Amino acid sequence: MALDQSFVGRSYPPTDPYEVGREKIREFAEAVGDLNPAYTDPEAAKALGHADVIAPPTFVFAITFKAAGQVVQDPQLGLDYSRVVHGDQKFAYTRPVRAGDRLTVTSTIESIKSLAGNDILDIRGEVHDESGEHVVTAVTKLVARAAEEG
Amino acid sequence: MTAKITYADVEVGTELPAQTFPVTRATLVQYAGASGDFNPIHWNEKFAVEVGLPDVIAHGMFTMAEAIRVVTDWVGDPGAVVEYGVRFTKPVVVPNDDKGATIEVSAKIGAKLDDNTVRVDLTATSAGQKVLGMSRAVVRLA
Repeated sequence: MALDQSFVGRSYPPTDPYEVGREKIREFAEAVGDLNPAYTDPEAAKALGHADVIAPPTFVFAITFKAAGQVVQDPQLGLDYSRVVHGDQKFAYTRPVRAGDRLTVTSTIESIKSLAGNDILDIRGEVHDESGEHVVTAVTKLVARAAEEG
Repeated sequence: MTAKITYADVEVGTELPAQTFPVTRATLVQYAGASGDFNPIHWNEKFAVEVGLPDVIAHGMFTMAEAIRVVTDWVGDPGAVVEYGVRFTKPVVVPNDDKGATIEVSAKIGAKLDDNTVRVDLTATSAGQKVLGMSRAVVRLA
C-alpha cells in the first residue's frame, strides 16, 4: 500500500547527542583501509586547519541512519522495512565532522513517491554540533520494493 | 581547508589518479563492526541467498567510502569535500575466498564551479558492472 503523502515535511525530535571519539574515527578509517593522517593524527589534522582529527566523509552516516530509525520505525507511517533497500545517499557539508563533536540529528521526511508499486522515501538528516551550528546534511533515499503477488 | 591542488591546475576532463580497492569477507566484517551495520546480507551467505541475492554483498556505504578516497587522496585534505552523493545501482558481490572482490574507481573533473570548487564525476565498477551511478563530489580547491 502506498505511503501517506501527508507525512511529507514531518520532522522528528532531535536525537540525544552523539559524541565523536578519536578512536571511533580511527576504527572507521581502518575499516575502510584509509590511511589519511587527518583521521588519526591530531597534529596532521591541525596542519590542515582542523581543531582535531576529522572523520572520513561517510562516517556520519552511522549517526544519521540510526536517527532515521525514528522515521523507518514510525508505526503511523507503516514502512515495511523488510522490503527496503538503500537507493541513494547524499551529503552536504558545512564542515567535516571532528573528534570532540557532540552531534544531534533532526530527521525530516523530505519526499514520498510511489513508482511501479515501490515506495520511495527521502529522509533528510540535519546534523548540528553542540553550539547549534550546522555540520552536515545527509539525504537518504530508501526504496521499499512492491510486495510480490501471492 | 588546505587542498594541495589549485583551482587553476585543473580543467574539465582532468583525470584524477584511479585506484582499485580490494574487499573480502573479512573486510565486510570489520566494516560492519566499525559502522554498526550488521545486516546479515553483508556476512551471512545463507541469508543473502534466501533474500534473492547471488551471494554476500558489500555494504553500499562501504563502496561509497572507498570511492571518495580517489578524491580525498588527490586533494590531500578530506575536509575539502563540500558535497558527495551516489546512487547504488548494482551490488558488489563478495565471494567467500581469499581474493574476494575489487572495486575500481576512476574520476574526472566534470565542471568548474564558483568559489574555487569543482565537481568531480566518479565511476565505480566491480566485476565489470557499474556499482555506483550519479556519483559526484564537489570539492574546494586551493
